[in-house]
Amino acid sequence: MSWQKAFLQQLEEVEIFCRCGFSRITTDDENAAKAAPTQRIELWQIDDKHWQRFAELAAENKLRWAAGWAEQIDGQFYVNACFEKSGNYILLRATVNASKPELSSQATVYAAANRSERHTHDMFGIEFLNHPDPRCWMRHKAWGKRDYPLRHDFPVQGSPAEITPPDTDYHFIQSHGVGVYEIPVGPVHAGIIEPGHFRFQAVGELILNLEERLGYVHKGTEKIAEGRTPEGLAKLAGRVSGDTCVSHAWAACMAMEQAAGVEIPPRAALIRGIFAERERIANHLGDIGAICNDVAFTFAFMQMMRLKELWCRTNYELFGHRLLMDKIILGGVAVDVSDAAAKFMLTDIEQLRAELADLIPAIDLNSSLEDRLYTAGYLSPETAAHFGTLGFVGRASGQDFDVRRDAPYAPYDSVTVKVAAENQGDIASRFWVRYKEINASMKLIEQFIEQLEKLPEGDLVANWQTPKVESYGLGIVDGWRGEIISYVRFGENNTIARFYPRDPSQLNWEALEKAVLNNIVPDFPVCNKSFNCSYSGCDL
Amino acid sequence: MMFKLFKKVLTTGIVTENFKAPHDEELEALGIEIKRRIDKKFTGSLAIRAVDAGSCNGCELEIHALNNPFYDIERFGIHFVASPRHADVLLVTGVVSRHMQTALLRTYDATPNPKWVIAMGDCASCGGEFGVSYASCGAVSNVIPVDMTITGCPPSPLVLLKALLALMEK
Repeated sequence: MSWQKAFLQQLEEVEIFCRCGFSRITTDDENAAKAAPTQRIELWQIDDKHWQRFAELAAENKLRWAAGWAEQIDGQFYVNACFEKSGNYILLRATVNASKPELSSQATVYAAANRSERHTHDMFGIEFLNHPDPRCWMRHKAWGKRDYPLRHDFPVQGSPAEITPPDTDYHFIQSHGVGVYEIPVGPVHAGIIEPGHFRFQAVGELILNLEERLGYVHKGTEKIAEGRTPEGLAKLAGRVSGDTCVSHAWAACMAMEQAAGVEIPPRAALIRGIFAERERIANHLGDIGAICNDVAFTFAFMQMMRLKELWCRTNYELFGHRLLMDKIILGGVAVDVSDAAAKFMLTDIEQLRAELADLIPAIDLNSSLEDRLYTAGYLSPETAAHFGTLGFVGRASGQDFDVRRDAPYAPYDSVTVKVAAENQGDIASRFWVRYKEINASMKLIEQFIEQLEKLPEGDLVANWQTPKVESYGLGIVDGWRGEIISYVRFGENNTIARFYPRDPSQLNWEALEKAVLNNIVPDFPVCNKSFNCSYSGCDL
Repeated sequence: MMFKLFKKVLTTGIVTENFKAPHDEELEALGIEIKRRIDKKFTGSLAIRAVDAGSCNGCELEIHALNNPFYDIERFGIHFVASPRHADVLLVTGVVSRHMQTALLRTYDATPNPKWVIAMGDCASCGGEFGVSYASCGAVSNVIPVDMTITGCPPSPLVLLKALLALMEK
């Protein structure tokens, strides 16, 4: 018996009744049941009064809280939460009355839901009762306390002041005591990185507490998605987080294709896989170099930056864009992989392997690097699980999960995905997991190319069919930072009614606050780099 | 251990490429537009403060690339500084999110005169995919005076390098 059935029975015993269906409402349930796991997400609808109780039982059953968001439909709000266990996802939904929108909080049970509920509160005005942290999150001063940008009656232009004042009255945690001091950092940082604010409490060099205050790059992504064409949404999704343009576009396209019941051509699926793995390798190369740079090991930094540049140049040569932006489009891909391009990539991979075979031992033998990376920035497997930590950050702390292996979608359903997992939880562990992922990705690209060669030349894009009003989809892919969940609902005439992308950073940011505790302030940059969370993907 | 390291340094050799400052007609072809007549160019060195005012992080990746050994931007005397007080140029990426508006204005005020502002990328130049909304002021020129725009999503390191060289005395 699947865990879903057992769990449903347990829920019924405590009189929580779920109305179950499938996310793909354009096809009948029987067809949906045959589709890939990420194509048949079960929708469970419960009464709003059971929202928190459900979370308690879900936690007992070891379900992972993966994402949360709301939407307004007519006079009501739908509040959604996505859970996962052993590669099976469920979409939980409760309907909340718009006149007094309130709901019990799941953040009391799942720490991972904390910022998500605060985001939903700021954007929709839905009150989460007994929420452990009632401070605003996404709202600074660009809109009023009683204004909620994602409600239908809030115009996309809003009514902003000529100059939006700084958000000065956010209540950071205070500390008192002899020798305790505070370091405010940001939003404009010293390096070339995205803006955000960090508030450290420290004694001497030791970090006692870190609080992140994000939301500085809130660009209204969810709001401006409304009313777009599907093609327009694919472009916007590619800019949720520029370093993840492939995977975010893929997740959004997958959601739209699911809603419309469109299946992408096998050739397009393989090419999407190649692009996503190329993106993973590019980012890992750059970040491994940047981690070394943050502990002043310039040799490794320059070598890795060199390899990343060569990799990006190949992207440009073969596919026309260094970061592969806009190469994943609605229904497929914008560019084919020719035989010549396939050969070029294979030679490229051989070269990268040879380079890494030289470099990694030289880096590994460096004792000063060892000194800085081992035991620093430790994230325990328990804390990682508590915050639902994803991707290489989670995998370095015992969270052995990868969408590509555990809920495979095309083209990963045709290959064996090896997932690197460790328990060590420090910066070194995240470093090595990323190195192993580079190797695994190179193998995947080779396998995809091999399959591509066996396929006859064919379509790169599926014919689009206008989805029914209210149809929706949930795109779930494994980006280089980990699981991305993208929700899309269609309105009338092929337009987007709701878009919510959940970048893995949203969960990993909170784990970073814990990983830096008891480290020294000067090690914060390298701790931060070893996570490399996205600000833009989180602020939307 | 050091042997492996030195061996790699020696076998890698020098990968740094040669770049020339662009001609005026080349600028246009590269999507670079000078908005204000630059009457006095900086000589010898250019200190840049990068400000992400609401970018998706795509532009930042390409700014980072300028420091890799292929472009090695520091050899031209161009370097990135940690404070606007040390900067000649503000290199601004992204639309200006409303939550970053005050931070950008303060950064601009903190930069000593003479100063130039470069709006890098489609978002910073004209609003890009995000435009003006309740959350976004749109293009950088809606918030502070802009002297040069570089289009592209994101502009490549080569285009960016050429734009910076155009600001310097040959």
